[in-house]
Amino acid sequence: MNKPTDIKTDFKILGTRVARPDGIDKVTGRAQYGADFTLPGMLTGLILRSPHPHATINSIDASEALALPGVKAVVTHDDFAPQDDEFMRDVADNCLARGKALYHGHAVAGVAATDMATARQALKLIRVDYTPLPHVTDVDEAMKPGAPIVQDGRRQENVTGDVSDNTTMYTEFGHGDLEAGFARADHIIERSFRTAATHQGYIEPHACVASMTSDGKADLWCCTQGQFFVRTLCAGIIGMDASQLRVTASEIGGGFGGKTTVFIDPVALALSRKSGRPVKIVMTREEVFRATGPTVSSSSTVKIGMTSDGRITAAHGRFRYQGGAFHCETVSFGAQAAFAAYDLDAVSAEGWNVMTNRPKEAAYRAPGAPMAVYAVESVVDELTQHFGLDPLEVRLKNAAREGTKSSYGPTFDQIGLVATLEAAQKHPHYTAPLGENQGRGVSCGFWFNFGGNTCVSLNVNEDGTIGIIEGNPDIGGSRASISMMAAEELGIPYENVRTIIGDTASLGYNDVTDGSRVTFAVGLATIEAARDAIRKMCGRVAKIWDIDPEAVVWKDGAAHPSGPNAGNFDPMTLAEIAAVASETGGPIAGHYEVNADGAGVSFGVHLADVELDPETGATRVLRYTAFQDAGKAVHPDYVEGQMQGGSAQGIGWALNEEYIYGDDGVLQNAGFLDYRVPVASDLPSIEPVILEIPNPGHPYGVRGVGETSIVPPLAALSNAVSRAAGVRLHELPMSPPKVLAALKG
Amino acid sequence: MVQVTLWGSLRDAAEGETVVEVEARNFKQLLEALQARYPGLKPQIERGVSLALDGRVYREAWFTEIGPDSEVVLMPYMKGG
Repeated sequence: MNKPTDIKTDFKILGTRVARPDGIDKVTGRAQYGADFTLPGMLTGLILRSPHPHATINSIDASEALALPGVKAVVTHDDFAPQDDEFMRDVADNCLARGKALYHGHAVAGVAATDMATARQALKLIRVDYTPLPHVTDVDEAMKPGAPIVQDGRRQENVTGDVSDNTTMYTEFGHGDLEAGFARADHIIERSFRTAATHQGYIEPHACVASMTSDGKADLWCCTQGQFFVRTLCAGIIGMDASQLRVTASEIGGGFGGKTTVFIDPVALALSRKSGRPVKIVMTREEVFRATGPTVSSSSTVKIGMTSDGRITAAHGRFRYQGGAFHCETVSFGAQAAFAAYDLDAVSAEGWNVMTNRPKEAAYRAPGAPMAVYAVESVVDELTQHFGLDPLEVRLKNAAREGTKSSYGPTFDQIGLVATLEAAQKHPHYTAPLGENQGRGVSCGFWFNFGGNTCVSLNVNEDGTIGIIEGNPDIGGSRASISMMAAEELGIPYENVRTIIGDTASLGYNDVTDGSRVTFAVGLATIEAARDAIRKMCGRVAKIWDIDPEAVVWKDGAAHPSGPNAGNFDPMTLAEIAAVASETGGPIAGHYEVNADGAGVSFGVHLADVELDPETGATRVLRYTAFQDAGKAVHPDYVEGQMQGGSAQGIGWALNEEYIYGDDGVLQNAGFLDYRVPVASDLPSIEPVILEIPNPGHPYGVRGVGETSIVPPLAALSNAVSRAAGVRLHELPMSPPKVLAALKG
Repeated sequence: MVQVTLWGSLRDAAEGETVVEVEARNFKQLLEALQARYPGLKPQIERGVSLALDGRVYREAWFTEIGPDSEVVLMPYMKGG
């Protein structure tokens, strides 16, 4: 447990915009991504995928494929170890289907061959006998009694009512008397909303190289958000000891939650084990769309009551999420986040997870929160319009603050929502004039943020520089921020510190890079590792000076006598201490291992201006401003980048991005030409406004900042478009045909 | 005794209550006490839970001490992207 008592507020390095350590490698093409890795004798691995959205697999005959010259191995689910644990079984079944293909594109078999052409030919020679089954891809249809059942026996004990067995879980959060609350309202609005499934849209497809030797040892190089979790999953699926599998994370070309699990890695390991050769698998973009993990699609109903002066009296949300062909818990995060921005006497958020014949959902930046908050913030906005009230005033009037009992249970401590709302209110954007066909939208957003398992080793090099090994892939600038926090604590220049990402043999277990946890948790561990090294260095100096260790203090990168009584010694710098490390006891290193707690929640407020084209229904974002509480912004460039990146992804989600399924259960737009993420020319300059309300759970006041920024854009855009159109829209994405239809009534 | 707030859908597993009292000095004892007193909570606790102590969310941390006046809220196991 971590409970810092003193939060440092006076910094020399934190808050500056130092050069990013990965910048040169990335702009010169030298950075090594997953697909860049090769080994001698390496085979090409490919995956055979189901042509049916739902089908029984009666048999798989690979004899013709194996007879093809150059084909070295074919694997199916039978090559995986049996799984007792439900979670592990789902991951394994998603990597290679077990008995049933659960969605179009579901992996059925893997092949390894000496070259790509042979591997492609071999795929065609694998004979799979399917019996097609009825399928369902829509959340509301899948929930109805009589719907085709994706998997039997997954309904949890708390699911009641007249729903199909695709409904795997029910959850509810809240407090207070809803009936009495709604009775106090001057007006009540209840609306239903739908959001499409979207993909994280990372630029780098999944890629890995697996090499397993005949003595059972294996190495895996892959692009991932968490090499330790990959080891856990792969070792379990393959049936080997974790100690015998070393996983090294490559540079990563985006993840946003989508690289927190495995799809191809166990298949590559199984192929390598069977063939005795290294095997490389690189997904195509089409495979990424069809068979990795998009976010959930949702169907929601939100009812809110308000007094004429803008006080919310009661709020009730019902959220139905589909997360593909397996059980998923994302709806519980949506239900918890839905009303978190508000101080409510009576609130209830209910959630249902529903299975469909779609790919297994993976996390996507604040998983579950954007679509729930979209529905809530849309109804709040419509109520403010109904009463002719100011949208930010209404949110301020109802805002959660320190001491508020949150809608999901705990009482908030220091939070920054009011500060972000007030900053938005004072910003010139909020009062800038709007023209014809233009509208302005407002939305709050919230995310929990986490800590988690973390190990850091900090080595004092012989020349007085510092090497740090941490275990979380750098997806948002963590190598810079970790080096900055070490330099700050040690009192040395940033340039003297280099942080690298260790493999799974280098450190104890580190949780995945997710939950906006790394700058918070790894930063905390780094500060403590630096303090450990400082204690050791002060101990060495005490021996040199022949005084008590307590009489030596660390200041500005050097050991000093604590006062006149300690003796009259010249300070010894870190470099001077390092230079005599061999003589004073050997190498010096600091370590820290923790399951970090104390990550503070984060709030954001976004303002969006849009203009609608009444001829085409196209929406142009004119101006966008994002306000967010970052705790302490370690490296403001990166914090701003997180705020801008989340906003851009949210704008895409709101306006264009969607998984489109035909009646045949097949995804119709499995490529970036038809699945349209916003490009630079689609976006305005997104202005980030950082607020710094220190997190009491971190020695430097740091909060996670990576996820909150994707939560507000959906409603901010919908509210802006609805105000510009003069009619409320209730479905995302707000693609031109939908906006045009709304404009034409 | 520690007062624990459950989330709403666990009410049926806890004799209709969303606020229950158990004897516990840390999270490990609290989870054990909850399962012993309300066996219906066991499936969810085994699937994974987080605990909020005085507004802070803890995903594991068995030995986190709970004071007599601490606010304790049971939450689903949290994850992020």
